[in-house]
Amino acid sequence: MTCILETRSLNKEFGAVIAAKDLNVQINKGEVVGVIGSNGAGKTTFINMVTGYLKPTRGEILFNGKSIMGHSPRAITRAGMARSFQVAQLFPEMTVIDNLIVALAAAESARPSFLSPLRSDARIARAEEILREFGVENYRDSLVTAVPQGARKLVDIAMALIGNPQMLLLDEPTSGVSVDEKTDLMDTVMNAVRQHGVTVLFVEHDMDVVERYVSRVLAFYSGEIIADGEPAAVLADQQVRDLVTGHRPTTKQGNGAS
Amino acid sequence: MRLDKTEISLGLVALACVLFGFVSPGWLIFLLTIALAKALVVQGVVMQMRSGLVSFGQGLFYCIGGYTVGMGGQFFGIHDAIAALSLGMFVAIVVAMLLGLLLTRYREIFFAMLSLAFSMILFGILVKSQELGSTDGFNVHDWTLFGWAPEAGAGSQHTVFTMTVVSGLIVAVLIHRYTKAGIGVICEAVRENEVRVEYLGLSPRWLLYGNYVAAAAVSALGGGLTALATGHVDPEMAYWTTSGEFVFIALLGGLGHVAAPFIAAIVFSFVRTYAIEFVPHTWQMILGFTLLAVIIFLPKGLWSLVSREKTGERA
Repeated sequence: MTCILETRSLNKEFGAVIAAKDLNVQINKGEVVGVIGSNGAGKTTFINMVTGYLKPTRGEILFNGKSIMGHSPRAITRAGMARSFQVAQLFPEMTVIDNLIVALAAAESARPSFLSPLRSDARIARAEEILREFGVENYRDSLVTAVPQGARKLVDIAMALIGNPQMLLLDEPTSGVSVDEKTDLMDTVMNAVRQHGVTVLFVEHDMDVVERYVSRVLAFYSGEIIADGEPAAVLADQQVRDLVTGHRPTTKQGNGAS
Repeated sequence: MRLDKTEISLGLVALACVLFGFVSPGWLIFLLTIALAKALVVQGVVMQMRSGLVSFGQGLFYCIGGYTVGMGGQFFGIHDAIAALSLGMFVAIVVAMLLGLLLTRYREIFFAMLSLAFSMILFGILVKSQELGSTDGFNVHDWTLFGWAPEAGAGSQHTVFTMTVVSGLIVAVLIHRYTKAGIGVICEAVRENEVRVEYLGLSPRWLLYGNYVAAAAVSALGGGLTALATGHVDPEMAYWTTSGEFVFIALLGGLGHVAAPFIAAIVFSFVRTYAIEFVPHTWQMILGFTLLAVIIFLPKGLWSLVSREKTGERA
């Protein structure tokens, strides 16, 4: 398989705190990788470094074989790596459809027009398709602050996918979403991801979600990767059970939706 | 080029203003000319407010526009009004392109204070320049329009009023389109969530830079027209109180519509003129109470009166 993202000895220090220690990760094209770990384990720091939000202290990050160290978030996005956020990052004073239209315009060109209208018929039609694809068409003209958390998360992920990225990083896509909504949300996201043929890496605390959707798990603890492999094997690992998941009963639902 | 409802309305109002100019008294024409010219500067302030930046130094470009028109006629033999105004805008664009490289790195109060600092630097330079009349400034040379020299006095006043109305219309239509265009809407997106804009693959800084330069050009046009109307320029154009006045008018009008700065500038000019006329020692207090009333009762500016009315009609 072809490697799409590779980190070599990636380190991040905040003063005396080591948030990431010698992270060596290889993600292959087409994989759906789950990142697990307790709070402060370094999961979000890893995503933030890879997407250019944080500058690593040491190490190397390669995307499609090319170094992206020191690149800005926008350059990394343009290179084909998109992300969503733990707290959905939207434009709160705009409607849901306008959020998508802005993302569509950004995907078309890095230099927005000075005089051509942003809300063109073509963009509105495409945004409506995306609303239907993500099942949020009922919120079309609602301000994003007025829609439920689950729908907000979906809009956030939809915006990340609009630029047709090769890789998508999701930071806790189901956080703040009710238990009932989690499966629907993840099914919707994974369907969209499969249609776009995107490699996915997502941080998740809910082990049921991890077991159900990923083909591989990276377990983080105290800035290090303590296990890497198939979900069943990683979640059954004694060290992972002791340090990350606790002694929960392991279930074998397999990769139901993948 | 298809015109929408707002653009047609702006055109009709501009036509009415030009016709009104033929029948109204000279003092009113002058007052409206200055108000509309200042509204152009305020448009520049509003453009930046939409992107989340408040410029307390827009007087810099107002002054550059005015002084370039004055110096063009005085020192370089540029007497054509259109050429002088264009030159003023060009100089403002060049200055904004340089300053913007630094200013667009900053946000909130840091941007506001830095923009004010540059304006005050220009004020300081002009005050110390004996050749440019120091604190007194200098008179603007008689100007022409495509080779035609308007009569001094009423003729000149009426011509510059018409030019200001036409300039205002062109700028209003362009800004109306700009606010609905990619850069206009995405600049608002920058104000709302800069991180998301960055992760859509866009550079907030360069968007703000483009916006800053465009705002400078519009403001310089306002300065140039003021110089033509008053026939005089002085360093007060770059002083911090002048910049504060533009922010005052911007708040008075609100960000709701491209017409708001024009309405606010006219209201401001009338309130100030009559306050000075009737209560000459406390006119600043009257202005202060006016702003206070607008902030308390119309937090979205005078334009919210119009938008409320429209909403009421729809309901």
